[in-house]
Amino acid sequence: MTAEIGHFALVLALFVAVAQASLPLIGAHRGDPGWMALAKPTAILQFALVAVAFACLTHVFVTSDFSVVNVVSNSHTDKPLLYKISGVWGNHEGSLLLWVLILAIFGAAVAVFGANLPPALKARVLSIQAMIAVGFYLFMLLTSNPFDRIFPPPLNGRGLNPLLQDPGLAIHPPMLYLGYVGFSMAFSFAIAALIEGRVDAAWARWVRPWTLAAWCFLTGGIALGSWWAYYELGWGGWWFWDPVENASFMPWLAGTALLHSSTVVEKRDTLKGWTILLAIITFSLSLLGTFLVRSGVLTSVHAFATDPTRGVFILALLVIVIGGSLALFAWRGPKLVSTGLFQPVSREGGLLFNNLVMATACAAVLLGTLYPLLLDALGGGKVSVGPPFFNTVLIPLMIPMIAAMAVGPFLSWKRSDLMPALRRLRIALVLTIVAAIVTYAVHGDEPVLGVVALAMAVWLGTGVLTELAERIRLFRSPLSESFRRLGRLPRASWGMTIGHLGLAITIAGMAGAGAWKVESIQVMKPGDKVTVGGYEYRFTGAKAGKGPNYKFVGGQFTVSRHGREITKLTSEKRVYNVSQQPTTEAGIHTTWRGDLYAVIGDAEGSGGAFVTRLYFNPLVVWIWAGTLIMVFAGALSLTDRRHRVGAPHRKSSAVSLPGAQEA
Amino acid sequence: MRHIAVSLLLVAFPQAAFGVNPSEMLSDPALELRAREISKELRCVVCQNQSIDESDATLARDLRVLVRERLAAGDDDQGVIDYVVSRYGDFVLLRPPVKGATLALWGGPIAIVLFALIAVFVFFRRQRQTAKAPIAATPLNEQERQRLQDLLAEKEH
Amino acid sequence: MNKRLMFTLPLMVFLILAGYFAVGLTKDPKKLPNMLKGKPVPDFALKPIKGRDDKGFASTDLKGETSLVNIFGSWCVACQIEHPFLMKLKAEGAVPIHGIDWREEDPDAGPDWLNKHGDPYALVGDDPRSKAAIAFGVTGAPETFVVDGDGVVRFKYVGPLNADIWRDVIEPVLRQIKPPGAS
Repeated sequence: MTAEIGHFALVLALFVAVAQASLPLIGAHRGDPGWMALAKPTAILQFALVAVAFACLTHVFVTSDFSVVNVVSNSHTDKPLLYKISGVWGNHEGSLLLWVLILAIFGAAVAVFGANLPPALKARVLSIQAMIAVGFYLFMLLTSNPFDRIFPPPLNGRGLNPLLQDPGLAIHPPMLYLGYVGFSMAFSFAIAALIEGRVDAAWARWVRPWTLAAWCFLTGGIALGSWWAYYELGWGGWWFWDPVENASFMPWLAGTALLHSSTVVEKRDTLKGWTILLAIITFSLSLLGTFLVRSGVLTSVHAFATDPTRGVFILALLVIVIGGSLALFAWRGPKLVSTGLFQPVSREGGLLFNNLVMATACAAVLLGTLYPLLLDALGGGKVSVGPPFFNTVLIPLMIPMIAAMAVGPFLSWKRSDLMPALRRLRIALVLTIVAAIVTYAVHGDEPVLGVVALAMAVWLGTGVLTELAERIRLFRSPLSESFRRLGRLPRASWGMTIGHLGLAITIAGMAGAGAWKVESIQVMKPGDKVTVGGYEYRFTGAKAGKGPNYKFVGGQFTVSRHGREITKLTSEKRVYNVSQQPTTEAGIHTTWRGDLYAVIGDAEGSGGAFVTRLYFNPLVVWIWAGTLIMVFAGALSLTDRRHRVGAPHRKSSAVSLPGAQEA
Repeated sequence: MRHIAVSLLLVAFPQAAFGVNPSEMLSDPALELRAREISKELRCVVCQNQSIDESDATLARDLRVLVRERLAAGDDDQGVIDYVVSRYGDFVLLRPPVKGATLALWGGPIAIVLFALIAVFVFFRRQRQTAKAPIAATPLNEQERQRLQDLLAEKEH
Repeated sequence: MNKRLMFTLPLMVFLILAGYFAVGLTKDPKKLPNMLKGKPVPDFALKPIKGRDDKGFASTDLKGETSLVNIFGSWCVACQIEHPFLMKLKAEGAVPIHGIDWREEDPDAGPDWLNKHGDPYALVGDDPRSKAAIAFGVTGAPETFVVDGDGVVRFKYVGPLNADIWRDVIEPVLRQIKPPGAS
């Protein structure tokens, strides 16, 4: 019964979405306040219906209702409750339901919290949002219904891939989707602006909180996925340039560019066409990601079970949504009038430079990800584009951008001088060079990239702090004055400082973990000792045991440094009862210097000896600490006054300056 | 369908990604290091996106052994890679080769950078042109003229 | 005019991409090309499996007549599906089939499997370490190679064979090797 209710709710949601997609839009066109006002109730109703459907699906999973196909394929009575719940979205159909749920959440949020939006804009935004939803509802109801029944129901399900039975991975999809799908709001705002033919500071201010929120979630989601891969996959890697990882990274790059360029629109009334295009592209990349994962055109660890019919449907969806929006952009984009002028060397110029690098990086990742498909489609054979390509291309792009990031905040709007800005960064430069020398001295010249990356991190970090110090007149005014200024800084300003600092920390972590990881693979008998990265690992033996739905063999290690014991590590090799699938759990001890990481392998011979893989991963926790700081910074920015206080009213009699430059 | 059956048997799930086993490793550390580096550049063809160094698939293991055997027999790094490519094609290279078919791939990022630079250059040049354009190109409209009068009147007082 | 073009560019790029995606949907990204097509069979010399101690299987055995080389293993489910058809082929005696028993951990596994399901092979080689399989560029089982009398690989089929595939895909290749009219 629950499944039928869920199915019915979904169908109703489709109808409500159709209404939401059409009536307010027509109302905005006709100037009819009654029809425009329909946006809010329909958005809320749609959300309620999808929530019911989602609750129903969760219910059938939690109660292990094996008359539902989806539950049979992905669940089992032995699974712990948390994973019964996360199993709801750990499959193609369920994750689509999560997609539309989040689309609806954002729609309802704008409906409820967007009180200061002009009715016409709000109506259009919610209509566009609903149009996207309609596409997904149709996709689900026609090809991927999560509520399909099976008769007769089997006694038990096929279980969930043990890999997915992990707390980190349980929340990774919801977070990621809140990001991915959250950018649909920026998209809807952009389309609404194109329809209206107007982009101005007010628009930029209205769209910002939604973009920021989506960005925070996406950053968190990607970081979670990376962190999970690190502790689960057994050799300390955290990024593999897998097509689906790229599919989440590209919207992040575009979304970050969008955040920066919309600032320029807000403050200086220029770069409008570009910002609108970015908003469209960011969400388009999210949609593209959906296509890549579910259509079978690319090989990837993440790919859901693929079905060409689904691929065709999603492609059609893509063509309609992306093609339609880009066509609208081609037609209405030139109408957008920009008035701000600026010199290349200026704050705007710095933000433009950021956008340039981000966009180029995004395009390069897109090229690398799609190239095997493109070449094969042309009949040019099969190639692989792996980490060596992406690393070679991306790193030279990022270095200039990070260098510029420290300088940018020192530049003033409209026009500025580079030399004075650089002069203010003297101390940062000195510290950077010192850091480079010290790193080189400690680690030698292999690899050079590690030294460069760490130096860039120091440059960015000290540059950010220098800028903050200057703004609060540290050491130039009495300390109390500085503190007062500190307290009065707008939150968005804090957001920038903390966010950039977070990035510096992340880069330092990437440098350490990437360049100076130490690995040691050997066979150890109980009592054997191995030294890795200055830490001594002593293997103290292995024993077998049972978990809730698996059996395991656990190896114990004692780690010491300079004779003093630091920690005990346990690593397990598990075999899950239902699927007979083996997994490895690494024993990890995290410190700020780096991670101690031990993995037990197969038994060797019969004397209690095992293959062991022991690692020291320097600074690796900085990667996730840095991203956490970035997410916090974004959230802090969200609480800035200007998002809470009413946005500026549009001047209806705005005088446009002659000679204003178009877009 | 049949290929799914085949693949299901051979796909290596990344969770058991142990990779190199001590029993495979060569005794000569320099040779072993070369073997590891080469393995990191070769794709595991039965996996979803891993190098043979990382993967636990049986075929990956056999390829690792093959790499080491050929190195021990005196092949240079490129020779070993060429052999594997002669068996499986360019697909097995994680770093795409630089040849006609991949010109667009390796050249692409450079082309994009150039395109971006040109676009920015054009943008700034157009900006400069607009800035230089005489401001009095369009006459004031009624509203603007009134404002001008008001401002001048204000100034006089 | 220049400006219109710039604004239309993203749409044009996207439509081209969409075209590629459409074509891509018809392709299988995991299907690797046959690197050996038109090339001589790679050198290999495999020991016999248990129970067939008289012969092994080596590349030299493939000269003189057109034959099939079939990669199989006791662990391979799809090979079981294909096997009855291979038995039928043996009964018809059109083309000799040789087998490479791939990746058996247990030396008894292959022979037991053949005893249970039938042995269609003229020669069988034991390849526990994928030596021959890698030389052939094999990625899974079953795979079948068509080798002509000069020891040149003419065709590779990935997946289990059946009567339809034989008729539609393999027989045309065989006909090309033995032109109609020649004995």
